[in-house]
Amino acid sequence: MTDLLTLIVAKYNYWLYVILMMIGLYAMIAKNNLIKKLVGMNIFQTAIILFYVSIGYKRDATIPIIQNAHGGNDAHAAVIHAADYINPLPHVLMLTAIVVSVATFGVAMALAVRVYQRYQTLEEDELRMRLVDIGPEK
Amino acid sequence: METIISIKPLLAVLVSLFVIPVLVSSSGKPNVRESWIFVAGAVKLVLVLSMLPVILEGKQIALTLFEIAPGAAIAFRVDGLGMLFAIVAASLYIVTSIYSIGYMRGLNEHGQTRFVSFFALAISATIGAAFSANLLTLYLFYEILSLATYPLVTHHQDATSRISGRRYLTFILGTSIALVLPAMIYCYHVTGTLEFSTAGIFTGQLSKPAALVLLLMFVFGFAKAGIMPFHTWLPAAMVAPTPVSALLHAVAVVKVGVFSIVRVITGIFGVDLLADFNLGVVVMSIASVTILVSSCIALSQDELKRRLAYSTISQLSYIIFGVALLSPQGLTGGVIHIAMHAFGKITLFFCAGAIFVATGKKYISQMQGLGKKMPFTFAAFFVGALGVIGLPPTGGFYSKWNLILGTLEAQQTIFMLVLLVSSFLNAFYFLPIVFKAFFGKSEEEDNKTPVKIQEANLCLVIPLIITAIISVVLFFYPTMFVNLIKIGLSI
Amino acid sequence: MDNYPAIIVITPLLAALLAGIAAWTEERLSYPIALIGLAVSMFAAFKVLMQVITSGTINYRMAGWAPPMGIEYTIDLLNAMVLLIVASIAFFNLIASYKSVEQETNDRAGSFYAIYLLFVTGLLGVTATGDLFNLYVLIEITSLTSYTMVALGDRDRGPLASLNYIFIGVIGASFYLLGVGYLYLKTGSLNMVDVANILSGLHGSSTILVAFILCMLGIWIKMALFPMHVWLPNAYSYSPVAFARIVAPLMTKVMVYVMIRLMITVFGLDYIFETLNLSEAVVWLATIAVLAGAVMALAQKNLKKMLAYIIVCEIGYMVGGAWMGNQLGMTGAILHILNDALMTFALFLAVGSMVYKLKRVDFIDLKGLFGKMPWTMAGFVLAAFSIIGVPPTCGFFSKWYLILGAFEAGAYHFAAALVISSLICAVLFFKVFEICFFEPMPEGHGHGDSSSHVTIEEAPLSMLIVSGLVSISLIVAGLYSGTIVNTIILPFLQ
Repeated sequence: MTDLLTLIVAKYNYWLYVILMMIGLYAMIAKNNLIKKLVGMNIFQTAIILFYVSIGYKRDATIPIIQNAHGGNDAHAAVIHAADYINPLPHVLMLTAIVVSVATFGVAMALAVRVYQRYQTLEEDELRMRLVDIGPEK
Repeated sequence: METIISIKPLLAVLVSLFVIPVLVSSSGKPNVRESWIFVAGAVKLVLVLSMLPVILEGKQIALTLFEIAPGAAIAFRVDGLGMLFAIVAASLYIVTSIYSIGYMRGLNEHGQTRFVSFFALAISATIGAAFSANLLTLYLFYEILSLATYPLVTHHQDATSRISGRRYLTFILGTSIALVLPAMIYCYHVTGTLEFSTAGIFTGQLSKPAALVLLLMFVFGFAKAGIMPFHTWLPAAMVAPTPVSALLHAVAVVKVGVFSIVRVITGIFGVDLLADFNLGVVVMSIASVTILVSSCIALSQDELKRRLAYSTISQLSYIIFGVALLSPQGLTGGVIHIAMHAFGKITLFFCAGAIFVATGKKYISQMQGLGKKMPFTFAAFFVGALGVIGLPPTGGFYSKWNLILGTLEAQQTIFMLVLLVSSFLNAFYFLPIVFKAFFGKSEEEDNKTPVKIQEANLCLVIPLIITAIISVVLFFYPTMFVNLIKIGLSI
Repeated sequence: MDNYPAIIVITPLLAALLAGIAAWTEERLSYPIALIGLAVSMFAAFKVLMQVITSGTINYRMAGWAPPMGIEYTIDLLNAMVLLIVASIAFFNLIASYKSVEQETNDRAGSFYAIYLLFVTGLLGVTATGDLFNLYVLIEITSLTSYTMVALGDRDRGPLASLNYIFIGVIGASFYLLGVGYLYLKTGSLNMVDVANILSGLHGSSTILVAFILCMLGIWIKMALFPMHVWLPNAYSYSPVAFARIVAPLMTKVMVYVMIRLMITVFGLDYIFETLNLSEAVVWLATIAVLAGAVMALAQKNLKKMLAYIIVCEIGYMVGGAWMGNQLGMTGAILHILNDALMTFALFLAVGSMVYKLKRVDFIDLKGLFGKMPWTMAGFVLAAFSIIGVPPTCGFFSKWYLILGAFEAGAYHFAAALVISSLICAVLFFKVFEICFFEPMPEGHGHGDSSSHVTIEEAPLSMLIVSGLVSISLIVAGLYSGTIVNTIILPFLQ
């Protein structure tokens, strides 16, 4: 039992992100309202982004910016220990992922607006009923 | 055996394929179109016959087109068996072309261009199957033939054609995909090759149960051979115009089915392997059931074409029966029946079509006394019937004689009874037609009006006379075919 | 030229930009720009294929940065083949789509071409890249553009179908991203070859196992493997037909390519088949996918939906073939990528012509089509034969390898599923043929009418020419499948 607790406490960040992901997934699947689904989608993607960022974290490390690296006389003389800086690569990757997430969200919102204009509702069950009303498909 | 590489087999296959665009473009000018059909048919026959001397010398002509996988290629190999089949198919194509022109014009049928185009495609596929070097190529042409004949069977585009077409496809395409395809791939999986070889392709990899299952899959899978219970498509296909029934279901389609089974038995399994496993008897029993049952059903049919269809089913199983005897004379009898039956049966179908065009009658009960109005037709019918029953002076006697001798040779005397009983039944369902036609009382006689000779038009009558004469000729001169068989099967 | 790999991907991107600008200013220019962009890309893809066949794998470094920090494009035989397929189909589809784009989205044709080009960029990039995260980005580019396209079609149902597609698509892509994250955790690298080298010592790790499962799940969702296929029928039916024609043959096949790439290059076949014991379960799943797709296709009354379910069935073939564990099965799967792309493209070309003329393709609308549109139907028939698996079309030959592989692996259930699905497809297509062939045409028919001339209302020439080309290629690809296997696939698998 203590092993399990140690496991949870030691990696609490990962557990947090997993819970966030599950919340997002739940919202995407179980909620009726389209906007709530979208919010769930965003939570899901954000959880993954946070997961990545936390990969790069190191204990007692600081942000990965080297002071006076450009210009400055004493810049290149100092030896840079990688262990002192948290890994910047995941941050960079996640910038891209955030952009993707925002783009997807934008497209989805535009579609939601279109759906609302056509059907005057954003509830999935009502939409299903109104779909039947508009007749056979093309 | 020396092998010559030549593109003649490919050309023979492609001739009628190349003529299709020409046919389509001359659809508005029927005479031009028909003359192109003749040209194609003649060229094809000439090509096929030109390879005959080489084959009779004991050599083979081969051509590999595409290598798909090691041991499985799309290739042609002309040997004795293939040559026999090709000669029969190519010669009958020309005759049937003459006939179909007369028939279609006589009935003013629609869609004639489509008809002749798919006809040409079907013949290409038949010759391709005849010249196949391995099971893969054979399967390829088998499938092309199934698909090319569908528009022909369903030509009339009405409700009955639709149902018949469905049945046609279900039995032919369904069995080939469900049974032949896995069996073929399994053979390749086990042996790594699909080439037809004189002693078969298996070198001890098959156990007896596996061989039995495979054999059954092939025999039932090639449903074009009409083995029961996958025979129902044949009578259903009789809704097609008679030239289709004549050529395809007396000559091309059904013979491709039987030919495939012959190839599988002799070239894939090998006579010795089957004899060792004693599997010949299994196939013979299956064939015997079909022979007897379909003969009985034929007795009960009043529609002439359907009676002929069931007769065909029975006769096809003769061929398989003969090959399953696994003895030289049995093999000879079975394979030569491909040719003898083709000429005899096509005569019968031609007569049925001529009767329909001239009088509109389809049912045997209506045909009393018709022989006096159409003496040539019924005389040819008589000759054709003799050929199918197996009586001299027709070629059919020669094949039946060999079959009977083959049963004695293979010490399967019980099966000889099957042959005798079915010959009896054949006589029973053919000869009465002829007798009633010549000696029965027609309506005119009842009304005491004089009977005039009123045959169908010449285009219909001449072909059936030709094929009837050939049936008789083959009785006196079967040697060419016999030699081809001997060379092809090394017996 | 050394930069061909980059040109393949960047040219459509640039063209997209230019077409987008043209859409604002001079809309008529966007089509020629798109055409030129795709033509250049196709030419470059062809060059790359030739180069790879003669001199081996190309390792192209974007902007000269060395891996594992830089992004590398590794073009080997598999990529090169898929790149050429994607570029060619995209190009020919563009030619065939000119008229139907005008008809379906006439006021926004310029934007259509721009998004089309972006979609193709995404696909080409997914195929060419050798970096795991770059793969994610490009998958998302592909998906985003396809979300947009789906919504451009049917006004009523398109947006909703697209939204459902977005939800499932995001889940899939995010699973993949998560999987890559786990891989990065353990290996510290994102370059495929690099990761493979490091992974060879890590076979027992549970992190890698989870990474593998997540990546696979994500890709399976993206390729519509049963039971995660639910988004596909709606998405493909409601999108504009010019788009359905390219997304149906390409998108799922490129995802299959990604799966095979992950299996072979990143994780390695010995890891998957020896350490893990999933292959039997996956082959069973594939068997069910094949049967489910075929059976569900039977229940459809609309031609587009029917074809969409057939795609689900075909995906099952490829997944089963890849997971069978022997070279024959993998050969069949890779060959089927090529063949299925061609077949589906041919089918959708025919359907596209029908939609252009008929506006709707429920089965009732298809009466007498053989007479009215003979050339289109000829193409449709040939494509149908290829799906059923009739030689000499290409569909037969990939089935050949798949069944052979199934026999060798002892997976007889998969072989049986292949045969049964062929039969079901035969039933499906002949049902359609019957409707097109048998329904009586108004002019009167049957005996005694030898001069009936049905007015032929064929599709425009651009569609017919492309349709003809693709139909011929179906047969050519079939007859030359031996050459293809020997030149491209077998050397790749060594």
